[in-house]
Amino acid sequence: MLEDHAKVMTLLQVAGEVVGRKKLQKILYILQKLDYPFQEKYQFHFYGPYSEELTLKIEELCNLQFVNEVREKKGGYHQYRYQLTHEGEDFLKNYQIEMPNIDAFIEDLNGESSRFLELVSTIFYFDHLSEEEVIEKVKIVKQKQNYQEEEIRSGLDYVQRLKGQRMNEVL
Amino acid sequence: MAQDFDKLEEEKVFKDPVHRYIHVRDRLIWELIGTKEFQRLRRIRQLGTTYLTFHGAEHSRFSHSLGVYEITRRIIEVFEGKPHWDNSERLLALAAALLHDVGHGPFSHSFEKVFNTDHEAFSRKIILGDTEVNQVLRKVSEDFPEKVADIIGKTSDNKLIISMISSQIDADRMDYLLRDAYFTGVSYGHFDLERIWRVMRPKEDQVVIKQSGMHAVEDYIMSRYQMYWQVYFHPVTRSAEVILRKILHRAKSLYQTGYTFKYAPGPLSPLFTEDLDLAAYLRLDESVILYYFQMWQEETDEILSDLCQRFMNRRLFKYVEFTPSNYQAYADLREAFKEAGLDPDYYLVVDSSSDLPYDFYRPGEEGERLPIHLQMPDGSLKELSRESDVVEAISGKKRTDHKLYYPADFINDFSSQRDAKERILQLLK
Repeated sequence: MLEDHAKVMTLLQVAGEVVGRKKLQKILYILQKLDYPFQEKYQFHFYGPYSEELTLKIEELCNLQFVNEVREKKGGYHQYRYQLTHEGEDFLKNYQIEMPNIDAFIEDLNGESSRFLELVSTIFYFDHLSEEEVIEKVKIVKQKQNYQEEEIRSGLDYVQRLKGQRMNEVL
Repeated sequence: MAQDFDKLEEEKVFKDPVHRYIHVRDRLIWELIGTKEFQRLRRIRQLGTTYLTFHGAEHSRFSHSLGVYEITRRIIEVFEGKPHWDNSERLLALAAALLHDVGHGPFSHSFEKVFNTDHEAFSRKIILGDTEVNQVLRKVSEDFPEKVADIIGKTSDNKLIISMISSQIDADRMDYLLRDAYFTGVSYGHFDLERIWRVMRPKEDQVVIKQSGMHAVEDYIMSRYQMYWQVYFHPVTRSAEVILRKILHRAKSLYQTGYTFKYAPGPLSPLFTEDLDLAAYLRLDESVILYYFQMWQEETDEILSDLCQRFMNRRLFKYVEFTPSNYQAYADLREAFKEAGLDPDYYLVVDSSSDLPYDFYRPGEEGERLPIHLQMPDGSLKELSRESDVVEAISGKKRTDHKLYYPADFINDFSSQRDAKERILQLLK
């Protein structure tokens, strides 16, 4: 029961707090691409890979009072903060979730900005393409974000580092 | 670019219960409809297992795809000559609208959950691979299939066309809401489609709505809201989906543990071995799946046989509302089910609202999906729920639920394991 919810809760437990819906969406997607067993279905949207299923799961977890959502005004929009509650911590004790070495990845990703994670998740989305094709694609689909080539290359390096780190751990 | 492709000498029309007529004048569209990959959509229901709840819901992804094409065609008629609309992209929009669901498999949602397949990835493969669809698209130009695939995958630079086919108010949703309401026979779900497409305007990278059309859009949002709770999320349909998923899990598990099927799964085998190429995928449709469910009623494996009998004869699981926070109650139930001789992995199922592929309107904040924008008389844009009290009242409201499904007929039969069953009934209260 709720095994997939429990994995999302584990992510929040490790992170302590995730600030921003977009950030949460992108962290989970990147972990999925690193072969961690998150099952949420993602589609490409205006702001990159997005999972309606994850949005609904978070709503369910908030309604069950396992996750606390704080909405705060920031500039012209609202920002959301997510934390696991004590009830959530207790519920999670019923599960033994095997996601080896995920803590370091979550901490690493949670330390990055939403904008950078949007870029990184987009690079992951196109990881079947060559590096130059990815750069072209990012420029096309992320026109409004106006990522500069240098920024995209640092995103590509970051993706390679994450993949390498994951590969070493699997081996 | 694609403008030069032939027109048919005479317009073809399809009679359609939702749009009355679907008009085809472009040879490209006519030829795409005739491909075997598109014709396969006749054998895939638009609403999966909903026909077990609303008996009229037998309509196919074929008729829905034609409907999305027709709505897109009519939106383009409104857009022609307006700023931001490039009419040389007309065929691209029409082809993408027609093919947007071409990668769907049988009972798509359940299949994707169990076998981890992705209909969007198969849409791309059908459009770019060695298929009749690809051959037809390449008659326009070598890069035309890629352009169509990028629109459907939402990775194209042409955000406006993406927005026409896939956004919070798009041709896809407008057709399925009206079509699903018609075929299920429900009295809600209706809105003034013609009024909406008349007030749609192309605006840089998205379709926006003239402010004067706000009330028509309110009806559309209400329709979406009502259809979500009354049809798409119907608890009986969820029961059928639960059983369907459990059949697929059981068949996969049996296959992987070397069980000898009386009726070997043939075309389903690549699913079980996770070796599903495009040709194998295209061999699957709902007639194939239902054939196996029909025959597997005679299997010696009691679980597979029972679940198939339940699905084919509509002996579905009953449900109770369930609050998952009480984990101990769930654990106790699992134990009691085992004592009663039922495998809880197959007969005690928690189904959550997030398991469903439909959504309702959210205003979209902090970088989520693009919301519906109204174009004000001064040209500025405002998000719909900030202008409409009706939409504000229902959008983004958190209504989630969890249901516990179980075979009530078995539990209520006290001819065996009476004590365990009585305990189950106590726990379910």
